[in-house]
Amino acid sequence: MVSVHSSQQAMSLIPASVKILVAGGFGVGKTTLVGSVSEIPPLSTEEMLTEASAGVDDLAGVEDKSTTTVALDFGRITISPRIVLYLFGTPGQDRFWFMWDELANGAIGAIVLIDTRRLETSFAAIDFFERRNIPFVVVVNRFDGAYDYTPDEVRQALAINDGIPVMVCDARKSDSSKLALIKLLEHAMSKLPVE
Amino acid sequence: MVTDEQDSWFDDEAGPLVRPYAMTRGRTQPAAGWLDVATQVVSVVSGEDSLGLGPEHLTILQLCQRPFSVAELAAYVNVPLGVVKVLLGDLIERGDVVVRHPERALEAPARDLLQAVLDGVRAL
Repeated sequence: MVSVHSSQQAMSLIPASVKILVAGGFGVGKTTLVGSVSEIPPLSTEEMLTEASAGVDDLAGVEDKSTTTVALDFGRITISPRIVLYLFGTPGQDRFWFMWDELANGAIGAIVLIDTRRLETSFAAIDFFERRNIPFVVVVNRFDGAYDYTPDEVRQALAINDGIPVMVCDARKSDSSKLALIKLLEHAMSKLPVE
Repeated sequence: MVTDEQDSWFDDEAGPLVRPYAMTRGRTQPAAGWLDVATQVVSVVSGEDSLGLGPEHLTILQLCQRPFSVAELAAYVNVPLGVVKVLLGDLIERGDVVVRHPERALEAPARDLLQAVLDGVRAL
């Protein structure tokens, strides 16, 4: 049974949508972070990592990871009946870069997730957002067996300027992921042009 | 022709034998212009005049009794993003759905919007 709306009624039903990106290297916990704050289990076009892609994807430091995001996964937070926020995990592998521009277009900003054992996997994401003047925060995801660096040490290692917030989180915990979102939103608001 | 399983040139892991773009009759670009992954879509029709629509179109119309994003529709209809955009283009052209593109969050008028998002996330 399909209900009938007039175009005008229908338009008034449509909420505003906004996007936040969750970027970072392969296996850094993007899907975990999205899932910890999303109101729905993350939706995706995810496929099992196969032997064919094992030769392409860099598995160093992520030996326990058996699946990966090969296209796009995302979550949803209904802020109000008028506003819905989508969290898009950016495809982690270089061959999916073509999708980043669409995802970033009009977005509030990005959370760049970092695994301190493999800092270099986040360079590409940082570079992408810096070049396009898209607000981003650097969030160190705590991994078992990874040495705890201070945010300042991470900032130095990544050569990012003092204006970019750096924080530590546990992407498995919704409270922790929520703080990362809040940090990004505050940072994005501070970057808005004055009206 | 009878083949046993070993001779079969495909198996379940090969996925569906209908190529995704068969649903779009080979088209890779939507008729109705640009759609973002976060563009919201809602149905405006009764679903009675379904001539020329495929089962995926009808599934979209059914889902869109409430607003969904392009990305959600791709996931729920279980087709690639590119395919769902072409199907949505058909429905837009027919006037069966209306859409709302995502807000431009980095422009000054978005301040109230961002504040509302921030308040909403804090309240989670």
